Parts: sequence; structure tokens; C-alpha cells
Amino acid sequence: MQELINSLVSSKSFGGMPATIVGAIVIIVLSAVVFLGVAFPFAGIVSWVERRVWARIQSRVGPNRVGPNGFLQWLADGVKHVCKEDVIPADSDPHLFKMAPYLVVLAFVLPWAVMPFSSALILADMNVGILYMTSVTAITVVGVLMAGWASNDKWSLIGGIRSAAQIVSYEIPAGLSIFPVVLMTGTLSMQSIIKAQGWAPQHWFLFANPFTFVAANILYVSALAEGNRTPFDLPEAESELVAGFATEYSGMRYLFFFMAEWGNLFIIGAIITTLFLGGWQFPRVTNNAVVMNVLQLITFNVKVLFLVFLSMWIRGTLPRVRIDQLMSLCWKYFVPISFVNMLGTAVWVAIWPDGNSVAGYIMFAVGLVVAFIFVQRVIYYVRRSRMELYFRPTI
Amino acid sequence: MGAIGEYFQNIKETVSTIFEGMAVTASHFMRKPYTVQYPDRIAVRVQDTLPYRYRGILNVDLEICTGCLACERACPIDCIVIACEKDQKTKVLTISQFDIDIIKCMYCGLCSEPCPTGAIHHTSEFEGADFSTESMIRRFVTDPIDAYKPKKGPETDERIAPILNRGMRYINEFATPGQAWAGGAVVNGAPPADGEEEADAQE
Ligand code: SF4
Ligand code: SF4
Repeated sequence: MQELINSLVSSKSFGGMPATIVGAIVIIVLSAVVFLGVAFPFAGIVSWVERRVWARIQSRVGPNRVGPNGFLQWLADGVKHVCKEDVIPADSDPHLFKMAPYLVVLAFVLPWAVMPFSSALILADMNVGILYMTSVTAITVVGVLMAGWASNDKWSLIGGIRSAAQIVSYEIPAGLSIFPVVLMTGTLSMQSIIKAQGWAPQHWFLFANPFTFVAANILYVSALAEGNRTPFDLPEAESELVAGFATEYSGMRYLFFFMAEWGNLFIIGAIITTLFLGGWQFPRVTNNAVVMNVLQLITFNVKVLFLVFLSMWIRGTLPRVRIDQLMSLCWKYFVPISFVNMLGTAVWVAIWPDGNSVAGYIMFAVGLVVAFIFVQRVIYYVRRSRMELYFRPTI
Repeated sequence: MGAIGEYFQNIKETVSTIFEGMAVTASHFMRKPYTVQYPDRIAVRVQDTLPYRYRGILNVDLEICTGCLACERACPIDCIVIACEKDQKTKVLTISQFDIDIIKCMYCGLCSEPCPTGAIHHTSEFEGADFSTESMIRRFVTDPIDAYKPKKGPETDERIAPILNRGMRYINEFATPGQAWAGGAVVNGAPPADGEEEADAQE
């Protein structure tokens, strides 16, 4: 990054502009490329994948007409939304109404700055990376509440208020679940947290001790709740609130809300991967830095995409919870358990300051047993319904 | 113990039920979709897979229509218009108009029930979309045609006999419900998904 800017400055191609301005230009162009070329298409493609995944869960087919297997559906939808009229209700607060989607998108693009794709591919390895991540994703609540309020519509307002209550509540267990990892590594930097883990599952923080295992699950569920994902999609509960805070939105602005929602899946996955699943860690097979970085990039993305898939799977499985269930889950269960986790990890770190490798192996074995039981249950259900097996992901 | 036991019981139930639910949906990933990809990606035309009693767009076999106007009277929304003239000398009934407005028609089947010969009947055709409302009025009579006169015995005319057979079969199917379903609705050539129901019944 810095070398690139230096070389551009010394090459005089910018006519002797000061280094800071050249740096700013480079960063703006790079971020534009990253967001337009990676983040937004990712959000679009996820929307297509998600619809296909739900469809298979419900024995349907899903969008399969636009492009090969419907792959271009997301583009078609995007173009359609861009072409639609941007309606601003007469009684709304037009400035807040227009601003709200941008705040939501802002909360979606800002975390990419500290996304640790590989040991070298990271925009800014801040020493407060994970703190930054959790704080900027919380900007969503401002956008959503703003949208709900400015629409001047009861459904929007209820959606916005619900969203605010939900996001603010789940920040607490989410924050407390990050704490065990911070306790064990003594750092908030994304890269340092990843470097403290190994490539093998038993060296991941997920399996470091029982407390981190529970913390990872709580963090994942809380992140889903913060991202307004089913089973916690109360702010936009279609059957009760029309479309919640997005009721009055149309066209591009509506698209922004949903793009941010789908894109947030990647960020949720990235946080969990970084904290608990070993991030980009890959066995050192070669000394070639470029090859290593590519392998690390692939590792990181595979882990994140698995978590994204998991969230689609959960969305296809679980029904929406009631608002009181949502709150009791957070305050009665997650918050106390998170505190227990925090204390437990503190004690654990006090006893074994350098971690306990035996515990890692035992926890990993337990994880394998759980996975094995799960596969057994799946086989049981396949047998029970005597279904016609069909393994192609496409149709 | 009570409250605390309930607390842990809740956690256990949450985890175990979600675990089971995820297993059920995971098994669905391996299930063949049931979607019929109408209209193009199908092995057989959908029209051919519909049950015999399917109430699609009406059709009239003018060869066996007696001109009794029972259908016109039965229709609750008057979408059938029939014009018949009786020649006073020859006593021959001529049908000069037989229109069915399939926009108004609600496919209730009340017209086909009183028909003595089964001339007016539903087909399995349902693709009626067109660009003008005028074209949605099905005009069955182009040239005035003599109404059918039922014979005392079985039909002798070779041309009309099969049509009348079909008509009578149609009436039978509608008149005796028990028999009707015995004809069996075979959807898509494959038996309907029964695995699950059976399995559920076992529980
Ligand atoms: S099906 Fe019902 S609505 Fe249609 S023509 Fe017959 S009686 Fe009238
Ligand atoms: S279609 Fe049937 S009910 Fe209608 S006029 Fe002809 S014979 Fe009578």
C-alpha cells in the first residue's frame, strides 16, 4: 500500500502532488474498485444463492431462468430496481428518508477496511480492528431507525423501533462473546488474533476451551440478530409489518437496504472466522509469498462462505421468533451465559496462560462427535421420508 | 430447583430442537424438487396430466347439442348465449348462435351438469390469454346448424356415436362422485409424494 503510493509519487505521474493527496486518490480508487467489484456483486450473488438454497430446502427449484441456472437473476433484479421510480412519500421527512439507506450501506462497507483476507491482503490492520468492526456495524441501527421514523408510517416506525431494540440488545452478548478471545490473545487487532491460532481445527479458538465454543455460538446468533436475519427478522416481518422499516422505500433505496442485509452475511462470517475459526491460517506449504497469500485468501473465503451458507440454512429452517422471545433469549440467556463465558475464560487463562493443547484436541473430538450425530440424524430423516435422492445442486 | 431446572431445560430444548430441525432441512437438500417447470421445461404437456374432471375452458360438441338451453339457464352469470329457431313446418330446431364468454365464466361447472348429452363440457385447456376481450368470446356456431335429436335406441350414426359416448361418459363421471375419483388423478405421470405421509402415519 505505502510502497504503491511512494512509487506513484516518485514516478511524477501525478505532476508533483503532495503524497497525502496521491494517497487519498489511490485509496478512494482502490476502495471503489473493492466495493463495486467485490462487495456489491457478492451481496447480489448471495441473494441468488440464498433463494436457490431455500428452494431446495422447500423442495422447489428457485430462480433458474436468467442466465445459466438463473445465475444472472441478481443482475436482473438489480437493474429492475434501479429503473424503478424512487417514491418519496409526501408526508415523510425527505432528507432523513433519503439519507437512511446510505447509512445502512455505510455500515456495510466500512467493515471491509479491516477484513483480513490473507496475511498481506488487509486494507488497514488497526490495533483496535475487532472493536472497530463491532462499532461500525452498529451504525446500521441509526439508518434503520431513521428509515422507520422518516417514512411517517406506523409499520415503518414499529419496524425501526424493533430493529433498534434488537440491535442494541444483541450488541451486549456479541461484545461479551468477543471478550474471551481478546482475553486469550491480549489484542484487538484482526491479524494478531488470527496469528494466535493455528491452521488445524484443534488450534482454533472455537475449540480452545468449552467457553469459547459457547461464545462462538452466541456471537454467531447475536450477529444474525443484528443483521436482521431470520429467525430474528422482526424489523421487516412481512406477515406483520408489511416490510417493516423498508415499507415506504422503492427502487434503488430499497435495493440498498437489502444489499446491505445480504452483504452483512459476509461480515458476520468474517468476524466469526477471524475470531474462532482460524481466519486465513493455512499450513506453510511454500515460501512463495504470493502463492501463500492466494491459498490464505481461498481458506478465508471458504470458511466465510460456509458460515454464509449456514445462515441461509438457518433461515430456511427456523420460524421467526416473537418479540418477547427475542428479548428473553437475549437478556435471560445470552447475557448471563456470556458473563459466565467471560469469567470461565479468565480463570482458564489464569490457569493455562499459554492455552491447553489437550483441551483443544478433546474439544475438537467433541465437535466431531456432534457432527457425526448430526449426519446420523440426517440419514435417519432421509430414510424415514424415503425420498428420491438427488445430489445435483442445479436443476 | 424448579426455576433453575426450567432454565436449563429451556436451553437444552432450544439446542436439541434446532439440531433436529437443521437435520430435517439438511435431508431436504438431497430431495428432488417437485416443481413442475411450466410451461417449457416439462416432459409432458401440463394439460395432458390433468385429471378428467379438471374444469378448464368450456367446449361444446355441437353435433350432440340438443338446443335445450338448459346450460344457458343454469349459468349463474349469463355468459352463455344461445339462439335457436324452430321451423314451424319441418319442426327442425336450428342453432344459429352459441357463444360462451370465457372472461366472465368462473368455471363453476353448473352448465355442464344439466346438459342431457354432455355436449357442453370442460376441457383440460387453460391457456386462454389473448390480446383483446372480443377474442375471448368463444363462438361455436359459424353456420346455423341443426340441433341433435336423441334416438330411441343407441346412436347409429358412425360420426356422432363416439362423440356421444364421450358426452355420456362425462355425464357419468359428474353424476356419480364415487366413481369419478376412481378414474384417478395422475399428476405428472408419477404417483404423488406419499413417502412422508406414510412415515408420518406410522408415528
Ligand atoms: S362454468 Fe359456470 S360460469 Fe362458466 S359458463 Fe358454465 S355455468 Fe356459466
Ligand atoms: S349444450 Fe347441452 S344443455 Fe346446452 S343447449 Fe346444448 S344440449 Fe342443452
